[in-house]
Amino acid sequence: MAKITYHHADGNVDSLDAEAGMTLMMTAVLNGVDGIIGECGGQAICATCHVYVRDEYLDGLPAISAAEEEMLETTASPRDPARSRLGCQLTAGDHFDDIEVDLPDEQD
Amino acid sequence: MNAMTDPENVVVVGNGQAGIQLVDSLRKEGYTGAITLLGEEPHHPYQRPPLSKDYLAAGKDPVPLPLRPEKFFTTNDVDARLGARATSIDRTARTVALDDGTTLAYSKLVLATGAANRELTVPGTALSGIHGLRTLTDAQTLHARLDAVRSVVVIGAGFIGLEFAAAARARGLDVTVLEYADRPMGRALTPVTSGFFADAHQRLGVTLRLGEGIASFDGNDAGHVTAAVSTTGERYPADLVLVGVGVTPRTELAAAAGLEVENGIVVDGSLRTSDPDIYALGDCASFPNVHAGARTRLESVQNATDQARHAARAILGAGPGSGPGGEPGGYADLPWFWSNQGHLRLQIAGLSAPGDQTVLRGNPAEEKFSVFCFRNGTLTAVESVNQPADHMAARRLLSAGRTLTPEQAADPDFDLKTYSKQQPATV
Repeated sequence: MAKITYHHADGNVDSLDAEAGMTLMMTAVLNGVDGIIGECGGQAICATCHVYVRDEYLDGLPAISAAEEEMLETTASPRDPARSRLGCQLTAGDHFDDIEVDLPDEQD
Repeated sequence: MNAMTDPENVVVVGNGQAGIQLVDSLRKEGYTGAITLLGEEPHHPYQRPPLSKDYLAAGKDPVPLPLRPEKFFTTNDVDARLGARATSIDRTARTVALDDGTTLAYSKLVLATGAANRELTVPGTALSGIHGLRTLTDAQTLHARLDAVRSVVVIGAGFIGLEFAAAARARGLDVTVLEYADRPMGRALTPVTSGFFADAHQRLGVTLRLGEGIASFDGNDAGHVTAAVSTTGERYPADLVLVGVGVTPRTELAAAAGLEVENGIVVDGSLRTSDPDIYALGDCASFPNVHAGARTRLESVQNATDQARHAARAILGAGPGSGPGGEPGGYADLPWFWSNQGHLRLQIAGLSAPGDQTVLRGNPAEEKFSVFCFRNGTLTAVESVNQPADHMAARRLLSAGRTLTPEQAADPDFDLKTYSKQQPATV
């Protein structure tokens, strides 16, 4: 079990266990975390699962693919050059065991 | 909202992408009246696109992705009913009857009824082992059955058929695709991209038979399919058949209520039907499409969600676009679409038409290229394979009503991305 902590802009926190193989987006959507939509179902096509990964968890994440790169340029809230990622591209077990992210103000 | 004598209740028929987004947008736009959301299926509303892609991969039962978390409906005070089918509309009384005998009053009614899979009528169609793919239940059945079969025949080389074919090949199954037309995805794609996919699927090991429709199915004594027989008389062994021969819009409620229907429920530029209190959107709606220069019906997530956002504003009187369509303020969002077939990611921006000039950018041999479509020298659509940057540039250009020249599109040194982000010097 990995652990994901979602920090909302208003200071609220959702802390969830994530099964290996589940993405940060899926874990949020399945557990009703506000602020992550995942409109395309995890295809890196819609940019509605944008998150800001906290600095201390950036190591170990996969490189940004060409598809994710393009979508990160279209996010509703501004992209952070270091911390912005799509939650559908980050998988528990494969990429992290413990991660904390900040949620943007807007997703669509 | 305008003053009304009746209590406000927006009733939404259909809880797919369109219906759910409409509800979400109504609340975001400040609507505080009642909302009733009807879904025919027993499941909590879920995302359909993964059902023909990731969902079919080998392994344990995949988890359906909800369109919104369950608490969305309580937080937003939505009376969301599952397994609830609307059976008729009384436009005079402004009520909808449900199959459980209840009647709901509406101030505005939204039809987001979607589409139904077209069914075959050839001999043998009633055999077991012949499946469609639309609902979560369909996908769950297929996911389980794919573990137990060896030979798969797919009827129809459209998006669903080819996504399914790629997923079945990835599981090591023998896959034959029968397509009546002379090229795959022919209604949606230019011949260049269509031809690329024909070759690519054969490289993946799919047997693609073009110009061969389905004539009949053979079955065994247990009533299970054993083979598909094509219109040329060829016989293809099959333990499982997937039928993907297109859809028909769900217009029966609208038609029975006397609303105008013609290849979909006819709506204007604000997604309003011939009854000003009834709207229709998504797969079921035939709308004036400024990008096609004609009335069209589109089946895509983009079309469902963008129309829902537009309709929500129209319902609340917050947006322009109440005219016949094509006028300023009418629904005009750019159509875009995607299909994942194995390792191939197809993305389409805009709408091409037969006869458009096509310009190739990139290299199909490397499975990374885009086809730019032009009509009278103006960009109409771009089909991209494994080229997300081209796709996003195309969306920026087409959404802004901009173009580039065919020469620029073909020039590998032309900086498409930077160009697409520039503001036009003159409008």
